[in-house]
Amino acid sequence: MKRRDFLKSVSGLAAGAALPAAPSMISTAYADARSETLLIVSEGGPNNLDIQGVGTNVPGYEVSWNCYDRLISHEMKSGPGGVPYYDRDKFKPELAEDFKIDDMSVTFKLRKNAKFHDGTPVTAKDVKWSLDRAVSVGGFPTFQMSAGSLTKPEQFVVIDDYTVRVDFLKKDRLTVPDLAVIVPCIVNSELVKKNASEKDPWGLEFTKQQTAGSGAYKVTKWTAGTEVIMERNDDWACGPLPKIKRVIWRMVPQAGNRRALLERGDADISYELPNKDFQEMKANGKLNVVSLPFSNGIQYIGMNVTKPPFDNPKVRQAVAYALPYQKIVDAVMFGLANPMFGAAQDKPTEVAWPQPHKYNTDMDKAKALLAEAGYPNGFETTLSFDLNFAGVNEPLCVLVQESLGQIGIKTTINKVPGANWRTELNKKEMPLYTNVFSGWLDYPEYFFYWCYHGNNSVFNTMSYKSPEMDSLIDGARNAAATGDTATYDKDVKGFVDLAFTDIPRIPLYQPFVNIAMQKNISGYQYWFHRRLDYRALAKG
Amino acid sequence: MLTMIGKRLMFAIPSLIGVVIVTFLLTRALPGDPAAYFAGPAATKEAVEQIRKKLGLDRPLIEQFFRYTNDLAHGDFGNSLTTGQPVAAEIRNRLPASAELTLLGLVVSIVIAIPLGVLAATRPGSWVDHLCRVTTTAGVSLPVFFTGLVLVYVFYFRLGWSPAPLGRLDVFYSAPPTITGFYLIDTLIARDFEAFRSALSQLILPATTLAIFSLAPIARMTRASMLAVLSSEFVRTARASGLSPATVIVTYAFRNAMLPVITTLSMVFSFLLGANVLVEKVFAWPGIGSYAVEALISSDFAPVQGFVLTMAVMYVLLNLVIDILYGVIDPRVRLEG
Repeated sequence: MKRRDFLKSVSGLAAGAALPAAPSMISTAYADARSETLLIVSEGGPNNLDIQGVGTNVPGYEVSWNCYDRLISHEMKSGPGGVPYYDRDKFKPELAEDFKIDDMSVTFKLRKNAKFHDGTPVTAKDVKWSLDRAVSVGGFPTFQMSAGSLTKPEQFVVIDDYTVRVDFLKKDRLTVPDLAVIVPCIVNSELVKKNASEKDPWGLEFTKQQTAGSGAYKVTKWTAGTEVIMERNDDWACGPLPKIKRVIWRMVPQAGNRRALLERGDADISYELPNKDFQEMKANGKLNVVSLPFSNGIQYIGMNVTKPPFDNPKVRQAVAYALPYQKIVDAVMFGLANPMFGAAQDKPTEVAWPQPHKYNTDMDKAKALLAEAGYPNGFETTLSFDLNFAGVNEPLCVLVQESLGQIGIKTTINKVPGANWRTELNKKEMPLYTNVFSGWLDYPEYFFYWCYHGNNSVFNTMSYKSPEMDSLIDGARNAAATGDTATYDKDVKGFVDLAFTDIPRIPLYQPFVNIAMQKNISGYQYWFHRRLDYRALAKG
Repeated sequence: MLTMIGKRLMFAIPSLIGVVIVTFLLTRALPGDPAAYFAGPAATKEAVEQIRKKLGLDRPLIEQFFRYTNDLAHGDFGNSLTTGQPVAAEIRNRLPASAELTLLGLVVSIVIAIPLGVLAATRPGSWVDHLCRVTTTAGVSLPVFFTGLVLVYVFYFRLGWSPAPLGRLDVFYSAPPTITGFYLIDTLIARDFEAFRSALSQLILPATTLAIFSLAPIARMTRASMLAVLSSEFVRTARASGLSPATVIVTYAFRNAMLPVITTLSMVFSFLLGANVLVEKVFAWPGIGSYAVEALISSDFAPVQGFVLTMAVMYVLLNLVIDILYGVIDPRVRLEG
């Protein structure tokens, strides 16, 4: 090959590499498709289309929410910044056209015109079968149902084809709200039974791969880890017809690319970008960035109270005075979080959760407390975090490490792989760690029941046990069920105060859920599950 | 020839058995408890145990192993827990995506690297030689994800020439009916030229990224082996006999220099196939590399085992092809075989 020929071929290749994606291929049909199609990009996608399946992940909840209906749902109210926010206390009928709450039961009248995607009408036996399934399959769905005292199939009674009664096991304020979460979705029982087997009586394998509901959307194509395509169900009976005809949800692992896709206008909505990106996008104003606090969610520093040195409340208080709260909010969260620290000393405790505690960064006080506790020279310990959320956790832990170093507590940072994090939490052996907890049901006693009660659930990561705390939490739960406001208020204030004096876990901030979308997308609603509701969205 | 192939395949069997055992044990030795992972954030100890039972992880290791090998014998690689799909089907769907990308990257790389290596060898110390050295050093020292991101930034984000890095096709095109699994070929068979164009324009940036990375070994090996051959006696004789430089270099020298280059190619190919994980991540490419890594992160045994096994089989086949190619290029190898 001559040198000249060679160079020619090389420059030819270089020109080829820059072959532009010609705009001419955008035909009119293509443009129409675009205006009725929503393109969502996120890091991860669903692993199962059925929330009642084994190990369904959080993106899977979004599919379930949009493709299945529940008996009831929540009304919307105006939330922070005027963004529609689900109203915890107001329910609206969804598959039910009407419902009546009695003393020990609730009765639902079903819509007569509601149909599953395959055209079979939704009847009471489908409702019963679906709720039976939710309390029987085990794992997370059954667990979530039990949080509202829904545990036995006998609780769900078919009155006639279009009437179902749910009996209460005991008075529990969370029973009705628990029927409006994602789990108790209504499944096409005939279709699923046909595809069930002896080994799999609830047809979990079938609903894992396809949606069998009556919801506003149905999955038409799902390539795990790559994309989910959902089409609108034009016969949806439980609300006004959604405006978006088609939803394409693509998994784009690289956060930088998701941002580029948004800024170039190719993608409509993105989740899961680093806080820094959200902050910058908010500042330059080209996109619409919604940031709303996680309802009932807190990022915290936890301490194992069963072992020295953290069994000593003085040590825990010392740590609480030594944390660099403001630095964390500024440098890690870029301001996209509600501070949960530094309340005024004279501020009365509210009947609310989350609310800020009164600790602030005060190194002298921290040193004094540590000396009082018998550790004038500090001690050594490890600080663990979940690598799945390293973007936030790693800088956070570095700041904490640096700050604790100033009062003589030497920490080694222990990075726990995501797959291992739950196991480590369950063991309850990590002395010091950071974690986040957020409850679907937005009630203080629900949060405290999981995180502080002596029955030691997996979220009581500190292994904190206090008879006084337990009696306050149980008191509040009973008072809520019977409507005894005075006792309820007293007990809620009591357990919040106790949690702050004993301080087994130190709240840092309430994180925000951040969603970036094009300016022409409207109708975003905040839900307790923090995923998108396509039914309300519109484009253009 | 056939006996040689048969013999080679026989040799592969023990190594495959070894791979099966080692991957099984390795994945079991991974930290993390899949049962706890899949039980979800709100699970109690009982819920975790229920899941463990459902996944069959409560059985003794040896029983799990026999069940696994039995399934393998029936062509069942098990189910992925993260994606919820049978591993065999996933690998079948994803392998062509990776293979298409890798092959195209390799072809681009060969087209550039071999002439570059040959030219560098014929004119050592000249500017071509320096160019060769600089490009290959730069290519191999830039991490692939970095090259990929820079290309995306320049050609997509800044210039807008390249389509959105959203996988194998623009989102508004549907995939061609699967025949080979290679979109470039399938779209042509289906005579869907718009989709072909879309598939090609989606391929350019990731393939270039891979090509830049794999330039170095091919070009350097070509250069070194050409240098060795060019200084040998038969080339001197050919030159002395007055043959044209083109005939000397292409017919005599290049053919003899090809053996080590072929070996390098096979290594580069298998290396790229497994190691283009990062490129797949950057370009949201639905290939097997990203699949395996995601599975690894969530302690999902079946896909990891399936991936390693597929890779092992591919290595065995690739080595076989290379051996056959040796025979074609160098008759002496055939005689010994």
